[in-house]
Amino acid sequence: MKLEELRFGTELLKRGFASMQKGGVIMDVVNAEQAKIAEEAGAVAVMSLERVPSDIRKTGGVARMADPEKVQEIIEAVSIPVMGKVRIGHFVEAQVLEVLGVDMIDESEVLTPADEQYHIDKKQFKVPFVCGARDLGEALRRINEGAAMIRTKGEAGTGNVVEAVRHMRTIMGEIRMLRGLDKQEMADYAREIEAPAELVIECAERGRLPVVNFSAGGIATPSDAALMMQLGADGVFVGSGIFKSSSPERMATAIVEAVNHFDDPRVIAKVSTGLGDAMPGLDVHTLRDDEVLQTRGR
Amino acid sequence: MDAKIGVLAVQGNVSEHIDAFLLALERTGHGASSEVFEVRSPADLADCTALSIPGGESTTISRLIDKNDLYEPIRQFKGGIFATCAGMVLMATEVADSRIHPLGLMDMTVDRNAFGRQCESFEIDLPLAGLEGGSFHAVFIRAPVVTRAGPSLTVLARLQKGIVALEKGRHMALSFHPELGDDTRLHEHFLRTNGI
Repeated sequence: MKLEELRFGTELLKRGFASMQKGGVIMDVVNAEQAKIAEEAGAVAVMSLERVPSDIRKTGGVARMADPEKVQEIIEAVSIPVMGKVRIGHFVEAQVLEVLGVDMIDESEVLTPADEQYHIDKKQFKVPFVCGARDLGEALRRINEGAAMIRTKGEAGTGNVVEAVRHMRTIMGEIRMLRGLDKQEMADYAREIEAPAELVIECAERGRLPVVNFSAGGIATPSDAALMMQLGADGVFVGSGIFKSSSPERMATAIVEAVNHFDDPRVIAKVSTGLGDAMPGLDVHTLRDDEVLQTRGR
Repeated sequence: MDAKIGVLAVQGNVSEHIDAFLLALERTGHGASSEVFEVRSPADLADCTALSIPGGESTTISRLIDKNDLYEPIRQFKGGIFATCAGMVLMATEVADSRIHPLGLMDMTVDRNAFGRQCESFEIDLPLAGLEGGSFHAVFIRAPVVTRAGPSLTVLARLQKGIVALEKGRHMALSFHPELGDDTRLHEHFLRTNGI
């Protein structure tokens, strides 16, 4: 085959990649050793980062893209896809991760935003992006910018699933509500939620977002993961929940199985038995305004 | 014949394969007399006339096939298997990766992620031996290739890196994703070779 007949970095390839992650668990890892544990447990991909969200909360200061050496180390350690986080709007961090060869970039509110006005113009990249969202308008604005995957934001690093539930229920509820609207009402609703009308109509027709929608931000147990799947998530991200638990290998394996059998409580009971302690949790109502991550980017 | 097509639903691109088979059955006039459903247990598999193993993460799917006691039942399955991407990896007799427990149903050696990482994923118009209606628009995502195919297999297409489509009787294995589009010729071809 001649090289010019090949097409790279298309929308179909980006969304197709995201689609292959469905029914899977994507785990935060900070080094090669953790990445291997995640792969061994059955993770579909790992998210490489400098510190997991609960440690970012403790450390404070500006949280940035991980050291390229760390990303490289994780890429070399595993055969499953490796993702990496960049700051909202920081397109140069994204260029760096693309060159390093990460398989997907998370433009993430967990890191300190670099631009309070604009997100990254994701269509300029060959690598696919995942972005956080709390409601339908935010999800569709990100898709319009080129995101190939959405994850509901939740509240990262808390081990508390309440915000993840709120955001998944909001998005699924808004899509269900669309079905009762006619085209004019949809156009009006699109203006109200500040989203492109054609994407609103596409959601109404398909009864779901046009891209894969995972859940993130607060999942700490196999039951949490299965809860998000039953609420309609296509898969889950687990951040601090694995390596801040007392037995990461067992927690990782159990969450993978709980996602696979999310509608079978007998399996969830079995895999939840004797897991040790989940990560310590935080009551989100005790967070100061400047400690809340989900409001970054809109 | 009434078709009961099972799509292995442990992880990956399951709903797209269900939709593609539904469309293929409708286009071949079998829509009303057929069923397409998810296979998650040995009991589901016992109900199928043919099986699809979709793309996804092969290490994860391999692990969950073992955990869900599906390994031997799939090996003993009498119908044809339509295996794409990760599915192709699992059909092999040899995979150079200890994390994969291959089913050994097609005598071939598979190399995972043979083209590289996601940025090297590509689309191409691919000619396939015996396929009518011109080349097939093929989507390769972190795709595997076959580096050795035994004499029992029929090669349908190859790229520089290796073989990307092949058949063995009622089984078909593809490196790429025919379910990510509305061209159902390969699904229809598979249904025909399975007497549907």
